[in-house]
Amino acid sequence: MAAEPASATAHTIAAAPLSKQPGAWTLLGRFCRKKPLGAAGGVVTVLIVLTAVFANQLQTYDPIATEAAQTLAPPGGEHWLGTDHLGRDIYSRIVHGARVSLIVGVASTLLGSVLGGIIGLLSGYAGGKTDLITQRVMDILQGLPLLVLALVVSAALGPSIQNVILAISVPIIPRAARVIRSSVLSIREMQYVEAARALGLKHARIAFRHILPNTVGPFIVLCTAQLGSAILVEAALSFLGLGVPEPYPSWGRMLSVSAAEYAQKAPHLVIFPGLAISLAVFGSNLLGDALRDTLDPRLRGA
Amino acid sequence: MKTYLVERLGIGAVTLLGMSIVIFALLRFAPGDIVDILFSTGGYVRPEERIAIMKELGIDKPYTAQYLEWMGQLLRGDLGKSYNYGSPAWDVIRPKIPVTLELAVLATIVAVLLGVPTGVVSAVRQDTTLDYVLRVLSLAGLSMPSFWLGMVIILGMVTWLGWIPSITYVSPTENFRMHVLQFALPALAVGYRSSALITRITRSALLEVLREDYIRTAWAKGQTERAVVWSHALKNAMLPVITVIGIEFAFLIGGLIVTERVFNLPGVANYLVEAILARDYPIVQNLVMFIAIVVILSNLAVDLLYGFLDPRVRYGG
Repeated sequence: MAAEPASATAHTIAAAPLSKQPGAWTLLGRFCRKKPLGAAGGVVTVLIVLTAVFANQLQTYDPIATEAAQTLAPPGGEHWLGTDHLGRDIYSRIVHGARVSLIVGVASTLLGSVLGGIIGLLSGYAGGKTDLITQRVMDILQGLPLLVLALVVSAALGPSIQNVILAISVPIIPRAARVIRSSVLSIREMQYVEAARALGLKHARIAFRHILPNTVGPFIVLCTAQLGSAILVEAALSFLGLGVPEPYPSWGRMLSVSAAEYAQKAPHLVIFPGLAISLAVFGSNLLGDALRDTLDPRLRGA
Repeated sequence: MKTYLVERLGIGAVTLLGMSIVIFALLRFAPGDIVDILFSTGGYVRPEERIAIMKELGIDKPYTAQYLEWMGQLLRGDLGKSYNYGSPAWDVIRPKIPVTLELAVLATIVAVLLGVPTGVVSAVRQDTTLDYVLRVLSLAGLSMPSFWLGMVIILGMVTWLGWIPSITYVSPTENFRMHVLQFALPALAVGYRSSALITRITRSALLEVLREDYIRTAWAKGQTERAVVWSHALKNAMLPVITVIGIEFAFLIGGLIVTERVFNLPGVANYLVEAILARDYPIVQNLVMFIAIVVILSNLAVDLLYGFLDPRVRYGG
């Protein structure tokens, strides 16, 4: 079975930092040498995580403090990346925006992937009618473009950071369920699962203790792949005014709130927040691609 | 073939039915309804007036009755009345469809023209510097929000060319050149993003095909690289590429939502946002259903195209 080496590799890598195996750094080194682009993406992602964590230390001004005398100041001088139409420091807002984007991106990706993963696990393990019905329901959720579904959910729930997370996670559920289900379908037929069944183990135990750990590889790949699109959807929702509400500085909303209006007078209003979004998504996409190649040999070269 | 078509349409209908329930339920969760929004500027509203308006709009009835009424209307081809505009929803939506369709078609053309050749070059020159550069460029396309790319393009045009795109929609009969220019920019911004996916699929599909025996035979016969790659190999690598093009076309509407807004085009996607913000239920419901129908039909079209392109594909048992 093609899936066996896949899950074995995934298991080794996922477990490496936890166990006392000396191979953790070796593995990381090998990953960097074989996948320089993926390593670069990893570095970018780590930098953005650090920015989000240390936003308070990195800021030069209060990100929500307005300063009437300093509106639309150009980059350079006191305000590194300039100020917006209310005199708020763009650099400090971008630094804090990393926090919002990352929290929303990671939380919605995890929520959607875990819920979808559980649905995929149960549906794939149970098979038969349960599987068929679950798949049809997933079809319904997947029949709409990600942003359209997130838009409707977000409008229905009202603007708040929790609701945005929920809205973005809903469209991820069917995608996660598909991926996990297909890997469960192949793992289910393996001999060790048959052995577990022969030992008379309960279904729940087989599904969660014996099958679930072997879906870690595809799960990690799925999460990194979805993270980028979750950040993009958050940006789009906030841009449209249906995302993260004030006063949180959000990259997407920085582009909407009159950025277009003042774009000609102050192009930095448009350029820097967009660059921040692109860099964050680019980093996680590079990392995700490299991880997919490494953890999921079936897709190697794809 | 016929049974296959019937079966597929049946599944499509069931999916649409399920989706209608999901959409209906979601919109009724929404805090604040149209009456609140209609009166938000008017200050205090007498309760009797409020009830009268709710009755007029039909939102005083129980949810099941509202849902059944909506389904009945849909089956009769009646899209209801826009609360906000006070006119039949279809009259509001219809003029917006060609705008979105034109943009989607143009963006798809850009995506294919950009994506397929890039993918082919990337595959043929696998693991060279060129391949790396092209892959990074296409991944960059996937990483940029297309609405931001649109804003940057407008900014660049204004700064360097001193050219300001029309703020209002220009119809093709009015000023054709202006119209084309107005659509070319958003099509470019959206198309670049979709081209990234097409590049990826073309590259991986072609890499697989290039390893096959008949390609080795073609090389052995001494055929030119152009003949081997572009006519022998690409023909067989096209199937997954067409799938992606089909899926992307349907899903473009997601990317168009923000782009239409940036470029201020009066399309369906732009209007969806407006209707959502105004809680204009009939419009939102029907627009989302419209999008779902487009997705389902274009998936079906792709599947049917398979049989046409690849005679080995058979439908139904």
